[in-house]
Amino acid sequence: MLTTEQVQIAADKFTALTGGNIAPYLEACVHCGQCAEACHFYEATGDARYTPAYKLVPITRAWKRSKSPLSWFGLGKTVKTEELEEWQDLIFDSCTMCGRCSAVCPMGIDISAIVAATRQAFAAAGMGPEDFMQAAENVRTKGSPLGLTSNKLVDRLEWLEDENDMEFPLDKKGAEILLTVSSIEMMKYPDSIVAMGKLLDHAGVSWTFSTKGYEATNFGFLSGKMDLAKLGVTRIVEAAEELDVKTVVIPECGHAYGVMRWSGANILGRKLPFEVLHITEFLADLKRAGKLKLKPLKGSITYHDPCQISRRGGAADAARYLLDDFAEDFREMTPTANFNWCCGGGGGVQAMASATDLRHKVFKIKMDQVEATGADTMVSSCANCRLTMDESIAHWKWDHGLNSLVEVMAENLIE
Amino acid sequence: MTDLLDFARGPALQFSLAVFVFGVVWRLVSLLFMPRLKDKSAIRSGAKPTMIAAVAEFFRRMLPKPEFAKRTRFTTINGWVFHLGLAIIVLTFAPHVLFIKSLTGLTWPALPNIVIFAVGGVTVVSLILALAHRLSSPVLKLISTMDDYVTWVVTITPVLTGLAAASHVGLRYETLLAIHILSICVFFVWFPFGKLMHGFLVFLTRGEMGAQLNRRGIKL
Ligand code: SF4
Ligand code: SF4
Repeated sequence: MLTTEQVQIAADKFTALTGGNIAPYLEACVHCGQCAEACHFYEATGDARYTPAYKLVPITRAWKRSKSPLSWFGLGKTVKTEELEEWQDLIFDSCTMCGRCSAVCPMGIDISAIVAATRQAFAAAGMGPEDFMQAAENVRTKGSPLGLTSNKLVDRLEWLEDENDMEFPLDKKGAEILLTVSSIEMMKYPDSIVAMGKLLDHAGVSWTFSTKGYEATNFGFLSGKMDLAKLGVTRIVEAAEELDVKTVVIPECGHAYGVMRWSGANILGRKLPFEVLHITEFLADLKRAGKLKLKPLKGSITYHDPCQISRRGGAADAARYLLDDFAEDFREMTPTANFNWCCGGGGGVQAMASATDLRHKVFKIKMDQVEATGADTMVSSCANCRLTMDESIAHWKWDHGLNSLVEVMAENLIE
Repeated sequence: MTDLLDFARGPALQFSLAVFVFGVVWRLVSLLFMPRLKDKSAIRSGAKPTMIAAVAEFFRRMLPKPEFAKRTRFTTINGWVFHLGLAIIVLTFAPHVLFIKSLTGLTWPALPNIVIFAVGGVTVVSLILALAHRLSSPVLKLISTMDDYVTWVVTITPVLTGLAAASHVGLRYETLLAIHILSICVFFVWFPFGKLMHGFLVFLTRGEMGAQLNRRGIKL
């Protein structure tokens, strides 16, 4: 049960967060319900509670009560304890901040941005799924949500070097590119790290990892703990400045890209002193420059768009450019690219055990999409999507393959 | 009964228009003057000028993308029908054209009454369907507030009273006209306080969304 102080902290935070960028959105909803049709949580369950517009209720109430131009009528409802408790799963477990609802909303309301702000108020009041909030705290104490400390990073890289008979540049001053990692990759899909290294080496890129700024994911941002969000961004910025790189490359992780590319400078309070590219964008540039030589990819494949790279990130074309002339039998899903369905695990939902069943239900949408293409394998460019989907594939005992784009590319390099 | 009509045409209309204008300006100004965070992220190369993107997004959102068209068909079509219906009635019914001329000096040709009656009928049916949808859909029932229902009442009443006045049914014409004008006064007074404000806010929200999509290079 929340204390009165916690509720007050949340209410104050709501008020503090509703600046000119968000307030018009809170006033403009016409309650048409169209956003429900776009949200995978509603689609998968048919439960009206998952309607995106409904997720805006706590912050909208706080706004109307305290700061809206109509607040002096004093008619708005105050934020209540039960309300915050009732909304916790809507704000955390059942919003992947995928932005699909905003693509359909006739008013153009940025619901995922409002959910992000709402999470900040919940976090300030000490709310949020325990495991997920702990993973975010790990960023402070262990440098990464999955406990990938700097020492562990070095150990893992050395192990991968031995296993793959290759070398990973580390803290190389003067390199052009700082390559970051997602701890999900490092712990669960290390082959992706190897694949990125091989691709960059193949193209003759001058690149490095850093022991100071390596974790690309930003659980601080996802959990609404903005001090941690800033810590995550700062570590990479300081590493990049120290190594004097021109570009920071984000690995296969959608939210890592979204946060660094589109929110990093705002979190930091100044422009980033480097360019931020997702690995697919960077590889697309290399391909354009004729620096990637690949054998044709056999078999039929389809591509799952990570929301933060395509619909929220503006980089949907990069993966397609990479697959063009490479995948012999590429089949688009319906809908695809900026309208593709979410995997169900974005926005940190992957790290919430309480959302497991819901994620599995959502994945059925993806299974139907893939089956409709007739493709044998789905590839993606986000380790978080991949982990979410791998877990659901095991749950449903689904017989389709799932792979990472960088891995299939590295496997088909012409040495 | 001319007293009631005089009251409706005179002080009631003036008061409600004043509330409408003051209220709308107040709400818009208070939103526009709120402190805003300036986006410091590097804009994607090839992005359009922000203003053009904002205006383009306003028009683009008038229709759903094909990906969503089927799922949102009823809301889209019905929404268009009553919005257009209301616009046609307000702007092209001969007495309204005269009224607008007396207020602003601007004028344009009116549509024949028979057309306006037909449009009025369609608009009423469309608004009733919108309410039926709100009351029957679990999603809409859950997200609806008192504002939605009050707004529905203050929107349909002027259409109904207008149809009654124009067809002289029931009461004396002057009385019907007075009631019609008073119902419009209620509409004007409610406008800045409820969701009717979306008629103005839509420019801000679609514009803001358009600017953001453009900055990120997202083509929806
Ligand atoms: S951002 Fe995605 S998950 Fe969240 S409410 Fe919108 S459609 Fe649903
Ligand atoms: S689609 Fe937009 S306007 Fe309609 S209910 Fe959802 S958020 Fe509100």
